[in-house]
Amino acid sequence: MAEIVLSVRNLRKSFGALKATDNVSLDLCAGEIHAVIGPNGAGKTTLIHQVAGTVKHDGGTIEFLGRNIGALDVAGRAQLGLGRSFQISSLAPEFSALRNVMLAVQSQQGSSLRTFRHVMHDPSLTEPALKMLERVGLAGRAHVTAGELSHGERRRLEIAIALALCPRAFLFDEPMAGMGPEGSKSLTGLLNELRHEAPILLVEHDMDAVFALADRISVLVYGRVVASGSVSEIRSNAEVRRAYFGEHV
Amino acid sequence: MNWLRSETPINFLLVGLLLLVPLAAWALEEPFYLTLATRVAILALAAVGLNVALGLGGLVSFGHAAFFGIGGYTAAILANHASSLQPLTTWPVEIGGSDAMLVIWPVAMVLCGLVALVIGVISLRTSGVYFIMITLAFAQMIYYFAISWPAYGGEDGLSLALRNSFPGIATALPFNFFVICYVLLIAALYLFARIRDSRFGAALQAARQNEMRLAAVGISPFPIRLMAFVLSGMVTGLAGSLFADLNRFVSPSMLSWQMSGELIVLVILGGAGRLFGPVAGAMLFVLLEYILGGFTDRWQLFLGLILLGVVLFARGGLVGLLAGKVRHG
Repeated sequence: MAEIVLSVRNLRKSFGALKATDNVSLDLCAGEIHAVIGPNGAGKTTLIHQVAGTVKHDGGTIEFLGRNIGALDVAGRAQLGLGRSFQISSLAPEFSALRNVMLAVQSQQGSSLRTFRHVMHDPSLTEPALKMLERVGLAGRAHVTAGELSHGERRRLEIAIALALCPRAFLFDEPMAGMGPEGSKSLTGLLNELRHEAPILLVEHDMDAVFALADRISVLVYGRVVASGSVSEIRSNAEVRRAYFGEHV
Repeated sequence: MNWLRSETPINFLLVGLLLLVPLAAWALEEPFYLTLATRVAILALAAVGLNVALGLGGLVSFGHAAFFGIGGYTAAILANHASSLQPLTTWPVEIGGSDAMLVIWPVAMVLCGLVALVIGVISLRTSGVYFIMITLAFAQMIYYFAISWPAYGGEDGLSLALRNSFPGIATALPFNFFVICYVLLIAALYLFARIRDSRFGAALQAARQNEMRLAAVGISPFPIRLMAFVLSGMVTGLAGSLFADLNRFVSPSMLSWQMSGELIVLVILGGAGRLFGPVAGAMLFVLLEYILGGFTDRWQLFLGLILLGVVLFARGGLVGLLAGKVRHG
């Protein structure tokens, strides 16, 4: 098996009596797309939040590149190479698409306390950022304010920002949400390329995309992994069909 | 790129106007207008400081009077010790007073920077209303400390026998002193523009727009905001020491929460985050104070109405109203 990049072990998180994450263990290996699926409220987004550091886990460990990252904050984990997208687009709305990506580039260069040079006259920021926008097909919209971008464009912008971090793993939370069939299709193509750059932990509702992309699928129900395996294993798993697809077998 | 901003002509108009008034006053030998213009320049400088924290960083500091007052008291205390020839302290080394602006300014700025560091480290762990209240609480502590410190005048304040000196310039002449304040204001505006367009400024503005986004790209908002708060306090402190020299008097009112409020009003009136917002805000404020203050003691009622109008209908303040929305690359 390929090298394990991200390893979650016995992760637990409760909100009051609700067990949002109940002893979840999963791995993300180099070069793969590991999809996490499950019905609404299964705790998929909470899982992503814990890995990214936005939500503190109650117990268990999160290892990234062989290092326990449980004590690091969001920024620290991003610095290590966790590039994420949000379920609901989260951008700097007054900045142009280009400047949103430039923030990630400057973070990579570790230079956010520099106070003198005009960022727009700094090719070491603008050029890599523009390249990332080109990769997601947004080069023509570089100077449009993020708040004025369409929904689909914002989703792509989030991916461009994550890419600019030169991440060692991607955490994508429903990147296809709200995209039309055309948008989903082209985004699926993009994610398929990205896996070669870094493995992807993908939370997604669009089952066509999941079955097209995933190497492995874990099914989350009420905070627990009820099944984990290859696409064909999951397709034929009776418990999954019952819990997730609502079929009576 | 900067030159293409629709703001540019407005900005030139504002600095030009501010320069014209004292030139006219000087020619007409009406020193009162010179004092007004100097007051505008100093208040604008203080507000440029606040604009770094409030405008760029979205940090609503309700305690910037602390820096304004500390700057003022630094100038007054150093000057008093210089004229009385009493040393400030004799241990471990003897430190005397000074009536040189070039000594007073850096001392005031360093002091304000240190105080801002302490206030910032504590208050920036919170946000929103809590941040406002903690900054207010710190400023009030310093205010009451000044009131109860009889050595430097307590409630009565402290006066300066002479205006402090600047090498080669007769600072006692109102026009000369105006020029000093004006040049410092322009320098601060230049610095503000550089900060705004720099990497630091990008991170600071991103922290205001979406803190989670900034953290998700690997930049911690806290140190960015702390640095902004410190820079902000230093500039406002410099303005405070000039204010002491303008009035040749300091009192605890410089440290009061009304002063903090006025600074916020200046920034919001002119346009928070806009380069020349503080200049426009200070001009309008002093003008209203002068014109309406001539008719009624309750001129602030009208200020309130104007502020209400700005907040409801012109979020970009005066500069936003005249020059349109801000554009980020």
